[in-house]
Amino acid sequence: MSSAVNKNPEERSSQADTTAPVLQVAHVSLRYPENNEYVFRDVSLAVYEREVVALLGESGCGKSSLINLAGGLLASSAGHVAFRGKKIQTTPPEVAVVFQDACLLPWLTVYGNVDFALRLRSLRVPADERKERVRAALREVGLEDAAHRYPAQLSGGMAQRVALARSLARRAELLLLDEPFSSLDAITRGAMQEQLLGIARKYRSSVLIVTHDMDEGLMLADRLILMAKDHGETRLREWNLRAVFGGAGADRRRNAQRNRRSSVFMDLREDIAADLAAGTAARPGDAGE
Amino acid sequence: MNLPGKRSGYRRILYALLPLAGPICFVCIWWAVTHLLAGSTPMAAYFAPEKTWQAALRLLGNGVLAGHTLDSLRRVFAGLGLALLFGIPTGLLLGNSRLFERSANLFFQLLRMVSPLSWMPLAIIVLGIGDAPVYFLLGFAGVWPIILNVAAGVAALDLKWLKLAKSMAATKAEILFHIVFPGIMDHILTGIRLSIGIIWIVLVPAEMLGVQAGLGYFILDSRDRMEYGDLVATILYIGILGAAIDYAARRLRSKWLRYA
Ligand SMILES: Nc1ncnc2c1ncn2[C@@H]1O[C@H](COP(=O)(O)OP(=O)(O)OP(=O)(O)O)[C@@H](O)[C@H]1O
Ligand SMILES: [Mg+2]
Repeated sequence: MSSAVNKNPEERSSQADTTAPVLQVAHVSLRYPENNEYVFRDVSLAVYEREVVALLGESGCGKSSLINLAGGLLASSAGHVAFRGKKIQTTPPEVAVVFQDACLLPWLTVYGNVDFALRLRSLRVPADERKERVRAALREVGLEDAAHRYPAQLSGGMAQRVALARSLARRAELLLLDEPFSSLDAITRGAMQEQLLGIARKYRSSVLIVTHDMDEGLMLADRLILMAKDHGETRLREWNLRAVFGGAGADRRRNAQRNRRSSVFMDLREDIAADLAAGTAARPGDAGE
Repeated sequence: MNLPGKRSGYRRILYALLPLAGPICFVCIWWAVTHLLAGSTPMAAYFAPEKTWQAALRLLGNGVLAGHTLDSLRRVFAGLGLALLFGIPTGLLLGNSRLFERSANLFFQLLRMVSPLSWMPLAIIVLGIGDAPVYFLLGFAGVWPIILNVAAGVAALDLKWLKLAKSMAATKAEILFHIVFPGIMDHILTGIRLSIGIIWIVLVPAEMLGVQAGLGYFILDSRDRMEYGDLVATILYIGILGAAIDYAARRLRSKWLRYA
């Protein structure tokens, strides 16, 4: 495992192009039974091996729905979702999802909630290893001291970090994260982003992360996908950030940070912001974030 | 009105003793009535508080009451066990399946309205004399609050917990034991408390038919022995014990709910 972790990032990315995508969402349409309108129609995207993909879009455009669909938790009206080339109807055990709300089980402590993710037969983690993994996950999100609290006694940001820890502890091959940092302060958020990238690298996970925050997307992602409604049709546009910033993995966030004031970055940011604005032009209000 | 926290020490003690006001008044009236009536109907003297007190001390001292209590409690818990055994699966089914709910609802409403004691003759014919028909009656009496509360709990389950479990590839059994049961535990414990209340009430008449031990039996036995002090003492004892059991069931629930 460790040799693979230390592989040259370039080597990995070139390798990724040849293998089947970890996640393939192919021409899916979604309509909730209680609504007449489609949330989106004929949407396709892919997440490749060890890639971090950020999904941006205005509120209500269907990001959470897409995450649920990609995790096999919602049935699409058309198209299909495949994990490592196999069509899925339910969530495979190799996939971990963080929902937009923390979704903690109120009768379990923080420790119990993280432990719950490892107890299930789908993972079969032995008891002693479980203990160590729960501790590690709580340490990573900075909540060791809150291990024995109940969810009702947590702040929104703490609950969100527990949900993150719960998914990270699963050491999944694919992480589907729905705005996992939305209620964190800037400093904690930065630390959590770092942790996420570190863990994704360590366990060779691929990540699809939904965010409202364009800068977060630029900071984390290898590829950034913008979801926007255009005359009622959902349209995806993507930017390959690796091509823009170079580097990946360990240096990604630092690169992005260093590049924040570079002209390439500013141009890109403006481009994305313009696209976001175009999508929401019909509506009044702030287009950014 | 003053808030309890603002009372002076003296008034706070009075406030704490307030729950005793009812029983004390009751004993006073009881004493007055039995003594007033004693002149016209000599029988009333047998029911006076002091006779009851003596009887109670004797019964508690010689262990007679303890023996009957154990018999009664065994039946209560057997009845509760039966009620849970049948009530939980039925409630789960009722809460999960609209079809089952629709087809069973009318029948259940009808059954629920039949006093459990009406089944006694049938129960004795089928199960014979002894504990078995009593278990049946108590289970039958106590099963309804379990069924209804479990069904309500299932209907009130937060769907996002189920989604969470599915996102972790949980099996059906894991969803049942890790999500559904803890998720409806509050409802189950409420059902248990209500169920014990009903069982406790049905217990005494049920024990008056065809068994040779238990608190209900002992009441009739006291009457036959013309030990009216024993009779009244047992009635009061049933009330106190019932309240204590109810209190324990309430504590159990608040202990489970400590996370909220
Ligand atoms: N369970 C549901 N039943 C019916 N309609 C739904 C349901 N969930 C979402 N929708 C609708 O689908 C659309 C997309 O919702 P979704 O939650 O996917 O948006 P989102 O992009 O995640 O928004 P946000 O950024 O605010 O989280 C919305 O119009 C919403 O009203
Ligand atoms: Mg959302």
